[in-house]
Amino acid sequence: MEITVTVNGTAHRVDVEPRLLLVHLLRERLRLTGTHEGCDTTSCGVCTVLLDGVPIKSCTLLAVQADGRDVLTVEGLLEGGQPSPIQAAFKQEHGLQCGFCTPAMMLAAKALLADNPDPTEDEVRWALSGNLCRCTGYVNIVRAVRAAAATMRGPEQTAEPEREEVSA
Amino acid sequence: MSDTETPIRGLGHSVRRKEDDRFLRGRGNYVDDLQLPGMLHMALLRSPLAHARITAIDVEAAKAHPGVVAVVTGRDLDAHGLAWMPTLSGDTQAVLALDKVVFQGQEVAAVVAEDPYVASDALELIEVDYDPLPPVVDPHKALEPDAPLIREDKQGQTSNHINHWEKGDREATERAFASADKVVRVETFYPRSHPAPLETCGCVADVDPATGKATIYMTSQAPHAHRTLFALVAGLPEQNIRIVSPDIGGGFGNKVPIYPGYVVATVASLLLGRPVKWVEDRTENLISTGFARDYHMTGEVALSGDGKILGLRSKVIADHGAFNAAAQPTKTPAGLFHIFTGSYDVPAAFCEVDAVYTNKAPGGIAYRCSFRVTEASFLIERLMQKAATELDVDPAELRRRNFIRPEQFPYHSVVGWVYDSGEYQRALDLALEQLGYEELRREQRERFARGELMGIGIASFTEVVGAGHGADYDIAGLRMFDSAELRVHPTGKAILKLGVKAQGQGHETTFAQIVAAELGIQPEDVAVMEGDTDNTPYGLGTYASRSTPVGGAATAMVARKLREKATRIAAHLLEVAEEDVEYADGRFAVRGAPDRAKTIQDVAFAAYTNLPDGMEAGLEGVTYYDPPNMTFPFGTYCVVVDIDKGTGVWKVRKMVAVDDCGVRINPMIVEGQIHGGLAEGFAIAAMQQITFDEDGNCIGQNFTEYLLPTSWETPKFETHATVTPSPHHPIGAKGVGESATVGSPAAYVNAVLDALAPLGITNIDMPVTSDKVWAAMHEKGFV
Repeated sequence: MEITVTVNGTAHRVDVEPRLLLVHLLRERLRLTGTHEGCDTTSCGVCTVLLDGVPIKSCTLLAVQADGRDVLTVEGLLEGGQPSPIQAAFKQEHGLQCGFCTPAMMLAAKALLADNPDPTEDEVRWALSGNLCRCTGYVNIVRAVRAAAATMRGPEQTAEPEREEVSA
Repeated sequence: MSDTETPIRGLGHSVRRKEDDRFLRGRGNYVDDLQLPGMLHMALLRSPLAHARITAIDVEAAKAHPGVVAVVTGRDLDAHGLAWMPTLSGDTQAVLALDKVVFQGQEVAAVVAEDPYVASDALELIEVDYDPLPPVVDPHKALEPDAPLIREDKQGQTSNHINHWEKGDREATERAFASADKVVRVETFYPRSHPAPLETCGCVADVDPATGKATIYMTSQAPHAHRTLFALVAGLPEQNIRIVSPDIGGGFGNKVPIYPGYVVATVASLLLGRPVKWVEDRTENLISTGFARDYHMTGEVALSGDGKILGLRSKVIADHGAFNAAAQPTKTPAGLFHIFTGSYDVPAAFCEVDAVYTNKAPGGIAYRCSFRVTEASFLIERLMQKAATELDVDPAELRRRNFIRPEQFPYHSVVGWVYDSGEYQRALDLALEQLGYEELRREQRERFARGELMGIGIASFTEVVGAGHGADYDIAGLRMFDSAELRVHPTGKAILKLGVKAQGQGHETTFAQIVAAELGIQPEDVAVMEGDTDNTPYGLGTYASRSTPVGGAATAMVARKLREKATRIAAHLLEVAEEDVEYADGRFAVRGAPDRAKTIQDVAFAAYTNLPDGMEAGLEGVTYYDPPNMTFPFGTYCVVVDIDKGTGVWKVRKMVAVDDCGVRINPMIVEGQIHGGLAEGFAIAAMQQITFDEDGNCIGQNFTEYLLPTSWETPKFETHATVTPSPHHPIGAKGVGESATVGSPAAYVNAVLDALAPLGITNIDMPVTSDKVWAAMHEKGFV
């Protein structure tokens, strides 16, 4: 089947088998390998991308279902060639370790912050609960998302999220 | 060319991680991201039965399927002498089953195809005739004389018993128990758990048909050891094998063993002359690769009337599955379980472990754990909790009475350890203070009077990490040293190559900081390379919290070696005698005239341009470090839980962790490691478990059955530190990546049981699920 999928702003016209999963279209055909595969059962969330701005798990969506729609992957997160506030905050707050869940976490966070620019800790935890992480215990991911939110809200609302002191 | 005005970001700096930029851009380089020209895809057919004879395999339809390039069975491998492979514990494991299958999920055949979807399609066209045999699921029943024999393939194997191992003084311990005022017993099952890194295992095998060189990109925590094992198994010349372990999406011990898929993919590439990719799916990962724990433990502690430990003993049945693929040092088949005396001064101790074959997936790997330390730590900390309850002594106080005291270090334990350093009461006191312990105990009594259940759990763990010493610890004969190679280029920038291999631990930053501390080169100017056996010095890899204790020590030592030469070059540049030059913070200065100095950058340039007569050019070296002893990280974890009577649901209200891992190189990374471990400890205590039904069917085949905690269930953690340096480590550091997984399960379980103790409930095996809690309360007539 011929479909047209816009990925990170670029329209791709591709001929795909009807059974091809979106994650494989992205990874194998378009070579956007920042989107990962972890469980095949919509449980772990490392394949999360934004479809028309909504986080979906690309291991459980057929590529043909994305026909005519907009997909955002981690490769599209840079802003003007520079790390976006979410990317910068994940680094600053040590919100990643092995990096495997990170692209999906950042995309889920982006969708949250589009709806809720100043989430509480529990709101962040709830919004990210479709995305597993085995390394971080989530503490610093939550900090990173709230720090990014503060940056994105801008200087007039600089209420920093609470950051427990790093003991050393 | 000097940057000495910027402080050197060596030890104690929370340097942001150098590895992050590629991950944040989606530019990580994991095995499954590789796409080589002409690459084929492999899928494995697995046994649906736990125990059965294979009477026939028909692969013709699969072979004829369009897009299929080859189908491989055990018979095909047998023709090349490759049907069996050695495990890390010296057993033999079927690569592809020949005559019988011994666990559900065992590898039976492989399809190699042009496309991964086609490879999966073709698996369904393979017909295997199985003749079912009675499955052996319970390890206790496996030891009964009439139990079906699982390993008929092993010559001389007449039962399902694998080995017996014991440590300590049985008679002295029996005498201690005979003289005790009180004996407290805990029987508990530490359930089978799976590390389940989010990236599954896989490889791309690329054997060059012209040169015979095999390059295997592989999810490996120990690439050098794996290369040697490949050379031994396949009979390939070792210089013609290159293992590349690229970015790894979490390991946790799961990527220490060699799995049949790696071997079959390599054989397929060798025979077909094209690269072959094999990446398992989640179900394959959970049902066939290295599980952990599965220890049926009985522990007893003998106490005096005033709560002093007189003796400790333990008996364990260890379920290793169908092949003994435990990843343990050769001389200690039950790993380091004999650290079971924990943080306490125990005058007599004895433990024995019997390992057993069952019709389950093979393993017994160290899941975020230094070789069975987790099981040992859990047992002693559960015993301390139960002893406190039975003696009616506060559990913190009972620990205080029995801690090894600071002046006793180095402490020689009765089972042979020499604990390097520790200050256990300081960690406990800090944790209790941060928790607000006394106030919480008051609240607990008040709540109980109102019929509400609240519990406080304590675990004061001690780990033993950082294997070797090489004479005592080896894997398949390979001594557990590790290595570092450091080269400083003319402009004063460096490249550091290591024998260990990170899976998220931040080696590219932490190890660069060690070089910064020792030589004064900023961390961003030190590129760290790992994982490519053609380009890094030989090492045993990253697991069992050994990277900083061994690889970190090697890094410090090689940097010091270079510093000696740098001092001689600096003396030449400064025109003074070598003994008149002293090094501090990246500057080689004339003693007594600190303004007369050369930076490491000056010295590095001179190493290639302006050397003293007779000195070899360059500034580089390699160190193989064999640690004189293990390191012994410790700490206290405290958990406060509230239990809902109606449902049995328990929630963590507060979790305070005090960790002492000696000197912290990068405090931010250390704290991140602790967070992750606390979450995995919670996961094991609360939800993760691989079980089997009576037919040997694995329950826990995907993440809808095998539950991992999300950000919503995971408790919030509060972390604190004390610092007791290791006296034998060059920079005083100890391992930390596993402390929290080792120490915290007992803290969570103790908290729940502390709440339930007034009801007479003394044990609930992990995972402590709400239904088990409710059932226990119901049995006591409480609900």
